[in-house]
Amino acid sequence: MLADKYADRVAAIFAKYPDKRSAVMPLLYLAQEEYGWISEEAMAQVAELVDIDPTQVKSIAGFYTMYSEKPKGKYWLQVCTDLPCALRGADEFHQELKDYLGVEEGGTTTDGLFTVEHVMCLAACDKAPMLQCNFHYMENLDMEQMKQFIEEKRAEAAREKANGHEE
Amino acid sequence: MENILLRNRDVPDIHEFDVYEAHGGWSAFRKAVSEMSPDDVIKTVLDANLRGRGGAGFSTGRKWSFIPKDEPIKYVAVNADESEPGTFKDRELLEHNPYQVLEGSMLCAYAIQATAVYIYCRGEFWDIAANLDEAIEVLREKNLIGENILGTGWSCEVYTHLGAGAYICGEESAMLSSLQGLLGQPRVRPPFPAQKGGGLYYEATVVNNVETLANVPWIINNGPDAYKELGTPDSPGPKIFCVSGHVARPGNYELPLGETFRHLLFDLAGGPADPEKSFKALLPTGASGPVVPITEEMLDIPMTYENLIDLDSTLGSASFIVMEEGTDMVWAAYKMAQFFKHESCGKCTPCREGTFWLLQVMTRIIKGEGTIEDLATMENAARQMDGKSLCALGDFATSPILGTLKHYRHEYEAYIVTDSGAGEQKQLSAGKKAVAVKQ
Repeated sequence: MLADKYADRVAAIFAKYPDKRSAVMPLLYLAQEEYGWISEEAMAQVAELVDIDPTQVKSIAGFYTMYSEKPKGKYWLQVCTDLPCALRGADEFHQELKDYLGVEEGGTTTDGLFTVEHVMCLAACDKAPMLQCNFHYMENLDMEQMKQFIEEKRAEAAREKANGHEE
Repeated sequence: MENILLRNRDVPDIHEFDVYEAHGGWSAFRKAVSEMSPDDVIKTVLDANLRGRGGAGFSTGRKWSFIPKDEPIKYVAVNADESEPGTFKDRELLEHNPYQVLEGSMLCAYAIQATAVYIYCRGEFWDIAANLDEAIEVLREKNLIGENILGTGWSCEVYTHLGAGAYICGEESAMLSSLQGLLGQPRVRPPFPAQKGGGLYYEATVVNNVETLANVPWIINNGPDAYKELGTPDSPGPKIFCVSGHVARPGNYELPLGETFRHLLFDLAGGPADPEKSFKALLPTGASGPVVPITEEMLDIPMTYENLIDLDSTLGSASFIVMEEGTDMVWAAYKMAQFFKHESCGKCTPCREGTFWLLQVMTRIIKGEGTIEDLATMENAARQMDGKSLCALGDFATSPILGTLKHYRHEYEAYIVTDSGAGEQKQLSAGKKAVAVKQ
């Protein structure tokens, strides 16, 4: 349970705000960090902590695009395809990335490593094509770089599996 | 001109407290709290005629002066929810020089005697918020925030809050609701944020954009007269122009208002990315304003709020999305229709339904299935949306379509199959694109 496992962090979140309800967003992030996505069960935990109805938590989780209500790959790749990035080849980059990984929009590779989807403007239009990987920016990209990144992560996962400790 | 807002962009490690301080950092704040009353700070910012850099251009000093003095709880809410396509200035300021923004925020906090500052970062500014949190701890150690700041008897805390991916939260009242753990949707005004009942937790609150606050330390150190020497009388001071799209050097460029388009697009941004091509058009305020065709005459016009209005557009946040010749303007408008349909928060019917229908019709057109009547339908729908919602998102959503229809109507007509067969060619090339883009 988040409340027990992360008692200090939960307390620090509540200490920031005069109203408990403000903690709902940071707590949803904490739940996502812990479980990889936000399940009904996680929402119920957040609801209990904030002392609101689970339905209210669900409406918050559904309103924002950065909360995922279904499991994602270990690397969640969100490619910006809005106009400024698209003018610099983001649509083609996005398509090539999906083709290389063999996934449809929003899909996850069968090894569970990569999810690819498009996302709205990330305020990095001067560094297109770009994406965020688990909320960290990767900028000025081309497919060669991406292939290298993907293969590194695949090799890393294979090593971990061989060593018997999957994350 | 020397940079003011980006003056330290080439200083290595300016994000570290000691480096920022060695470059004059916190001298404005120390001066303000030791030599100036809170009202003096407000008056200085008012005299400088600093106007909000988030897009609306409201007088910052006036905004601060609205805060009632006798309220025990007052807030500063810093708007770092930079989400407009084409805008990336606040990101550079926060990423590169966070203390400059923190100092400006604390000057505002002192001026209104705020009890706390909340910095609302868009969720994707995950790393930026983490760095700000570290900087805030350094400031607490230095007694520049926290209890009894520098012995003045005034106490003020600073916190970051992360959004989670919603363009609408850049709208100030939606941002405040989001911070309160409610849905990020605009509120009915009045009461305005500066009034009791309208702000954060319904207390009096100043909401300022990152770039606006980054101006304040310089103004306090150099005075309003020096500030007003830059730019135009109506819009003094420097502005960061974000340039993206088909230019050789996309990026942030700081200029006083009143320089020409040519200077920005050619001298600074390096001209067209493909030197064989010429520029076709630009969107001066991201996705939210009407398109401006680029012509030889237009390039020599000084960039001011007033002149952009004369060009039937708006300067707004000065985020220039530049397009070269050959760019399909129907496709560009379609991209933006997708954006606004996705980002409408759903609270007001004209915007929720209007953005949906505009995208439906745009999709039909770009697939080559549109009719000539569809153009009038979109113009009619846009009229039904304009000015009919609680915030400006619904108005913004109409701009890219109305602007491209006005200047590039023939490109829309080329998509439409007529008796003469025109449009078939277009339909084929557009078909591929339409498949690549999603709703």
